[in-house]
Amino acid sequence: MTQQSRAQSDVFVPTGQLQFGVFFQGVNSGTIWKAAESGSQTDFESFRRIVQTAERGLFAAFFLGEGLRLREHLGRPHALDVVGRPDAQTMLAALASVTTNIGLVATQNTTYNDPADLAHRLSSLDLISRGRAAWNIVTTDNAWTGANFRRGGYLDHADRYRHAEAFVETAKRIWDSWETAEGPARNVLHEGQHYTVDVTPRLPRSAQYRPVLFQAGDSPEGRDFAARQADVIFSAHPKFDAAVEFRKDLVARSLNAGRGANAVQIMPASEFILAPTADEAAAKKEWVRSLQIGPQQAVAYLEQFWGRELSEYDPDGPLPEIDPVVEETSETRGSGFHGAKARQLADQWRAEAKDKGLSIRQFVTSRTARMDATFTGSYSAVADQLAEYARVGAVDGFNISPWLIPSGLDDIVNHLVPELQERGVYPTEYRGSTLRDNLGLETPVRTADEAAEAVRAL
Amino acid sequence: MSTPEEHTTEAGHAGFLAIELDGAGWDGGDFASLAEAVLAAESAGFHAVTFTDAPVAGRTNALQRAAYAGPLTRTIALVPEVDTVHTEPFHVSTQLASLDYVSGGRAGWIATAAESPEAAAAVGRRNVTGAALAQEAAASIEVSRRLWDSWEDDAVIRDVATGRYIDVDKLHYADYETPADFAGAGYSVKGPSIIPRPLQGQLPVLAAASLVGEGQVSADAVDAVLVTAPTAELLAAEIRDVRSRLGVSVAVIAELDVVLDARGLAAAERSAGSESGRARYAGTAAGLADLLQALLAEADGVRLHPASLALELDELSRLVLPELRRRGALRAPLLDGTFRDVLGLTRPASRYADSSAATAAGN
Ligand SMILES: Cc1cc2nc3c(=O)[nH]c(=O)nc-3n(C[C@H](O)[C@H](O)[C@H](O)COP(=O)(O)O)c2cc1C
Repeated sequence: MTQQSRAQSDVFVPTGQLQFGVFFQGVNSGTIWKAAESGSQTDFESFRRIVQTAERGLFAAFFLGEGLRLREHLGRPHALDVVGRPDAQTMLAALASVTTNIGLVATQNTTYNDPADLAHRLSSLDLISRGRAAWNIVTTDNAWTGANFRRGGYLDHADRYRHAEAFVETAKRIWDSWETAEGPARNVLHEGQHYTVDVTPRLPRSAQYRPVLFQAGDSPEGRDFAARQADVIFSAHPKFDAAVEFRKDLVARSLNAGRGANAVQIMPASEFILAPTADEAAAKKEWVRSLQIGPQQAVAYLEQFWGRELSEYDPDGPLPEIDPVVEETSETRGSGFHGAKARQLADQWRAEAKDKGLSIRQFVTSRTARMDATFTGSYSAVADQLAEYARVGAVDGFNISPWLIPSGLDDIVNHLVPELQERGVYPTEYRGSTLRDNLGLETPVRTADEAAEAVRAL
Repeated sequence: MSTPEEHTTEAGHAGFLAIELDGAGWDGGDFASLAEAVLAAESAGFHAVTFTDAPVAGRTNALQRAAYAGPLTRTIALVPEVDTVHTEPFHVSTQLASLDYVSGGRAGWIATAAESPEAAAAVGRRNVTGAALAQEAAASIEVSRRLWDSWEDDAVIRDVATGRYIDVDKLHYADYETPADFAGAGYSVKGPSIIPRPLQGQLPVLAAASLVGEGQVSADAVDAVLVTAPTAELLAAEIRDVRSRLGVSVAVIAELDVVLDARGLAAAERSAGSESGRARYAGTAAGLADLLQALLAEADGVRLHPASLALELDELSRLVLPELRRRGALRAPLLDGTFRDVLGLTRPASRYADSSAATAAGN
């Protein structure tokens, strides 16, 4: 099938191919900073090394995450994990000058940006990189983050996607406003609930027309939003069965949204621990986990749910017998539970740990393993596993978080990529010079009038 | 923010030169690419390039152009204009700090506060005029400066024994609030920054001299001002005026449009361009060298706005800069130096560095 008809088909057709992206999170508990080979998280050289390794491995995209307030733990900045990172678009503009083919994806928030300003900066990045920019749309909206911005915490959580949709439609109109590559640009007017935008866009189309849109957000509203607006969804479901399930769900949502079954690609977040043999990989995983979840991290994990300091508890002893207090800073770390729910959870966890004879550290390790997005094994076994994803079309690729900076992609590029190429499921060269080319996405065809119509329909 | 002795003005003092890369945007302007243009400026021996963000069709974001130039260059400072009125101060601070990282400490900031109904309408805010412009600029600069200091230099400790990546006592809330008499919509910024302290500690902040002074952006808030006069003859007097008004703690950079005899065309035939309001020199390379030597005796630096980047850079690099260096009027560019080095500024300690643990974040 040609690309055109594939995207518009109402039957999902696997491409049989995989793409890789790299997610340089910058801020997390997954990056090991304690090993001898752990490099700087902020030096430009770390970014250069990762992106150039990814490009050597023909990765489609290099992602940067975003968090607009420093994470806190019990009311103070969280001390244990990697923290502090550069602005995504500024770093990507710099990386554009030392790369030629890889896509540059900026995670950017719809709540604490202005549509005209963000649209301008994204098309700027797209032009500077000659058609390699993308926007990973996120909707993080809490008042705690809002404390860093002019508007403060103005948005209700329930409204996050309604607001995001108006925002993205406005951005698309701005990008569509040049009738031809030369212009002229049409004025874009949007009067929304939270923003009024009245702008004559200044930047023409890029080599890939406009930035590619990724979406990360897993709620039903988030998935529907992606089905309507995005080119690629950055999902949280890398395990095979869950990935197949997610594909079905997204195909249904895309058809519902009036788009083709193949219109939205899927790249789940993932982690790889590889070695020449299965045994070596398993040993490596144990080493990785011991450095990711040290004794302090294990206790801090519980503190997050208990809402109080637990430093007097032995990480190698049983779970705390005291009860959680009301967690007041839950949004500061994304998870955590409130009041009664926390007490119930604590009872449940204590029972489970006692039952299985687990210490704090063992319990936390086993809990986080349940959300494990890791592929562990020999190069060839993992390649076989991934080839099966490609065959059934469970995903379009993987967004890989390296657990070591800056050498964390070396194994994947040196060993896994060639195995995948041998199996015919991974590119052997860049298809083109734009991100849209390399992902096999269609160029949007939409006139300014159609774009205006889409907004009126909201 | 510097100490008085850091800028000396005695005659013969070697100064620095900056050049505005206007036009070398996404389409390369006169050059085939932005990369080529910035490398030409660096190899000509300029100490800094500036990137205008004035809204012109086709011109990409100034800060991103500066970031793109970061990994390509080694000595030249990269100084974008970033607006303070219709931008988010928190984003501006993070973006500028990031520019410092990608350029190895060669970033600066021309803080602008242009009155622009168009910019206001684009973000759905009321147009800002008059004294309120300087208030917005002052607030945004103060937010950035506090956030840049909000991580002390040694906040990232990577202490394996205690499992701590950072020392929380070395992170500080900025807790900025706009003043009670703030004309625009007041706001607050909590902090700390989401990026560690910039490599230079504080990026040098530049602003138009007309924006700085009593009742405007305070002279303490900026490191250098850009001084404009209608003619080259009036520039020296204007420089002296600004110095006496703002004191010696602020470096002074004179603004000059330049058109040279080039490629067989006399400057007079080429200088039909639009009126910028800046002093203009049109003539031979030798005459320009004399003028610049005279200006550098008064100012700390001069910023050139070439009529055509490619044509003027060619003449400047072959004839003007070598002559000024020969006369000892130009400082030698510093390999791997910082923009603070160019301005003769030392690296400041964080304003929070001496504070006791009691004022550390969370206490
Ligand atoms: C794989 C993945 C990566 C994400 N990365 C970020 C990020 O870097 N920054 C951010 O603010 N939110 C990030 N998010 C959060 C979501 O974009 C979204 O704002 C949040 O999950 C709320 O939307 P939801 O209710 O639909 O999940 C990520 C989400 C997923 C699934």
